[in-house]
Amino acid sequence: MANHNSRLAHIVRTHEAGIVADWVKEQLVATKGTERLRDSEVRADCQRFLSLFSSALQSAGADDVMGPGWLGVREMLDELSRARARAGFTPAETATFVFSLKQPLFDRLRDDLASDGKRLADEVWYTTGLIDRLGLYTTEVYQKSREEVILRQQQDMLELSTPVVQLSEGILALPLIGTLDSARTQVVMENLLQRIVDTGAAIAIIDITGVPTVDTLVAQHLLKTVAAARLMGADCIISGIRPQIAQTIVHLGVELNTVVTKATLADAFTIALDRSGAMIVRRPKA
Amino acid sequence: MERIPILKMNEFLLVSIQVDMHDRLAMTLQDDLTERIVRDHARGVLIDISSLEIVDSFIGRMIGNIAAMSRVLDAETVVVGMRPAVAITLVELGLSLPGVRTSLNVDKGMELLRSSMAAVGTGPDDDR
Repeated sequence: MANHNSRLAHIVRTHEAGIVADWVKEQLVATKGTERLRDSEVRADCQRFLSLFSSALQSAGADDVMGPGWLGVREMLDELSRARARAGFTPAETATFVFSLKQPLFDRLRDDLASDGKRLADEVWYTTGLIDRLGLYTTEVYQKSREEVILRQQQDMLELSTPVVQLSEGILALPLIGTLDSARTQVVMENLLQRIVDTGAAIAIIDITGVPTVDTLVAQHLLKTVAAARLMGADCIISGIRPQIAQTIVHLGVELNTVVTKATLADAFTIALDRSGAMIVRRPKA
Repeated sequence: MERIPILKMNEFLLVSIQVDMHDRLAMTLQDDLTERIVRDHARGVLIDISSLEIVDSFIGRMIGNIAAMSRVLDAETVVVGMRPAVAITLVELGLSLPGVRTSLNVDKGMELLRSSMAAVGTGPDDDR
């Protein structure tokens, strides 16, 4: 193994400039047409990677790519694939960065060990293993950073989509938009209950005009929210029930008897005002 | 032994739970409260659980039971100040405490008790 190391490390060290030049060429061919990368950027990335690669190979050997000796290389790959994931590169394009290093390395190995076929095969196999591990690592990081983006967007959406607004002293409204699943119901419930505590509201209007379908699960979630609000001492009114939804609810046999339901938010608001002892009067025209 | 104090305010009793409830404490409260309702001829009971942070199914049921018992003894019961987390937990446990009246804080709970007393209108010392 030590012998292997010294050979590959030696080749990388002595032919660094040449390898970089070939490698950059490979990459530009592979990512041709995408035009997202400038030559100078590619060259800088390649040079940086190769110098880190070379020193890691010399100091730590190629057996433990996850070890401390390869930390510098891994950090560089982290940075690179994160940046590319954000910039909208495909996984293949990102992984190509590492995999396209094979060709230049193999060329150099062939030139160097032309006389010793067995040795050459060993070296090629060994190099392939190393590059593959680094390539897989790059893809993994890419995948992870994409997942992070998705997760963050989901959370943003959760927060964005459940505003609780105060309509009047002691009256809150919760306009629901989009499908209600368990996770969203949880957020909705928490938001509503917290706002009830904050504002001291006695009545909350849950408006489901924006909820496309109401099935038994959604109805159950709604009833749970209503029950939780009631436990805290606030009454709930469900409004914005469209004709089709009313039909669905009855056909499904969902019991909404325990909750006051209204067709429109305006109706619900009138009831809420009435209960809190307030009223809206029309001012006589002057 | 540790006990939860029960305060008398006119014809109402005020129970403020300021410590974490455990099972024995809940049982003691049940005994004490029913005892006091009968002794003081209480017409209303206000249970403040605004400091209660943790509930389990047993404590949840005990709250429901205590309220039901007070009602049997003809004292209107209002549970006030339940925290959001507690409310969510109880609902998830399937204990939505039907029949228990609730209010956001002690002020509103008192108002609710007074108005329901006024609606009934025949308290023993209602001539004030």
